[in-house]
Amino acid sequence: MAEIEVKHVSKVFDVNGKPFKALDDISIEIESGDIYGIIGMSGAGKSTLVRCLNFLEVPTEGEVIVGGRNMASLSSFEMRKQRQDMAMIFQHFNLLMQKNVIDNICFPLNIQGANKKEARAKAVELLEIVGLQEKANAYPAQLSGGQKQRVAIARALASNPRILLCDEATSALDPQTTASILDLLKDINRRFGITMVIITHQMAVIREICHHVAILNHGVLVENGSVEDIFNHPKSPAAKELILGDISENQWNGGIRQQELVQEDKKLRIVFSANSSFEPVIANMILKFGVPVNILKADTKNVDGIAKGEMILGLPKGEELQKQIEEYMVEKGLEIEEVSADV
Amino acid sequence: MFDPTVTQMILNGIGETVYMTLVSTFFGYLLGLPMGIELAVSDKDGIRPNALEYKILDVIDNILRSVPFLILLVLIIPLTRFIIGKSYGSTATIVPLTISAAPFIARMVESSLKEVDPGVVEAAKSMGASNWTIISKVLVTEARTSLINGMTIALGTILGYSAMAGSVGGGGLGSIAIQYGYYRYQFGIMIVTVILLVAMQQVFQTVGMKFSNHLDRRKN
Repeated sequence: MAEIEVKHVSKVFDVNGKPFKALDDISIEIESGDIYGIIGMSGAGKSTLVRCLNFLEVPTEGEVIVGGRNMASLSSFEMRKQRQDMAMIFQHFNLLMQKNVIDNICFPLNIQGANKKEARAKAVELLEIVGLQEKANAYPAQLSGGQKQRVAIARALASNPRILLCDEATSALDPQTTASILDLLKDINRRFGITMVIITHQMAVIREICHHVAILNHGVLVENGSVEDIFNHPKSPAAKELILGDISENQWNGGIRQQELVQEDKKLRIVFSANSSFEPVIANMILKFGVPVNILKADTKNVDGIAKGEMILGLPKGEELQKQIEEYMVEKGLEIEEVSADV
Repeated sequence: MFDPTVTQMILNGIGETVYMTLVSTFFGYLLGLPMGIELAVSDKDGIRPNALEYKILDVIDNILRSVPFLILLVLIIPLTRFIIGKSYGSTATIVPLTISAAPFIARMVESSLKEVDPGVVEAAKSMGASNWTIISKVLVTEARTSLINGMTIALGTILGYSAMAGSVGGGGLGSIAIQYGYYRYQFGIMIVTVILLVAMQQVFQTVGMKFSNHLDRRKN
């Protein structure tokens, strides 16, 4: 049974007297133990959607069912109990600035009226999991962004939640810190089997950690499925934009456009599957055709022991030549797709 | 000029002024703190918005703050007499001081609580905190530095008003300054009382700021 079921959820806000539809008929199912990504550009409605899961925002239409319980049917007491089961972490950490690390982690337990000694013991244990034992008595103002997020994660885990909602949890962090926080989340998912919902605008985060993904665009669910499927075969323009946007954001920030240097007029996105990545396909192709291709982007990585990756090539002019190159690549078992965006 | 009787009178004046100021601040907060919390909580961005409740409190607060203190002092003499039994002296002055301080304190409490990062409030909600828990463990705790600064300002203002009340039958240093300095042309006594009032203001301000800084964990 799905841990979280979102059924035809819509949310309309009143913006200066005019209705604004932030979410439009969203339906998703999130399985227990999954790491489910929700991605979209800013303003896509993803933060609203995650707040509809724990009813910080009440949907205008539709149902949210968590652990078999319809959120709308809960009394305010039951709602508070339910929320203790679905912890949340935030982009700006939202720690209590006047309380030290240990007291911050104990906070959800204090809310539940837990025994003070037991709460402290639990907090110390959690600090060890997030690797911040030596900061127990520090105040948030003395911590770096990554350390603050670790404290927030420990705090979220304090009430032994079944679900962890992450709202842009790495967006305020640098790439290295982001990687370490994602590793920590992955580790927690493996160790405790906590279902995670990851809200982000970075495709890299989805690729790094999520099993399933939903793509939101202007409040509409445009595509969802396994990360591998969506990444390898993005269908919607929004998905393509996010995948390519990831490239332009991470490796293509200004400088001289390659286009000006090499006269290519067709761009191809190539996706490597397991068997092809060990063969020097591109090098062989260049040798075979005797023409230069421009590598606009190359990104390969190890996913669960299998090499995966993508590459964007700029092909030289000449329709006949381009056709031959494409045929060659298809023959070698690569998945290709023409890219029109200005990458 | 400064024979033992005068010295004794000034010492009594200090005692009365401190008494009026502290007791009025205490009662001012007893009324103003809940009112300020209600204002912050019922406002449209509060944790339990209620437009009607906010408007009512807002108007009451504004009316009370608009009445000049000296007019209020005279206006509520019947009330003062009802509560204290007489309308003059330092204990009687506590009634108008409290009534004029409470709405002002409520506004300062409201603005202090509104400074608390809404993200932290949202985090508390996401943990299943009740509104009462959010008020007591998040809003008041996170805003404590600002609340103490507000209290320092309130003490200073009430100290000033208590001196003003002295001119119309209240006790304390203000009353001495008016009676001896103004009506009897004993400028020496007047200057001493004014210096004492300034010194007390300094002490309240310095101690208050030190205390709030001491409690602030946001900077290190």
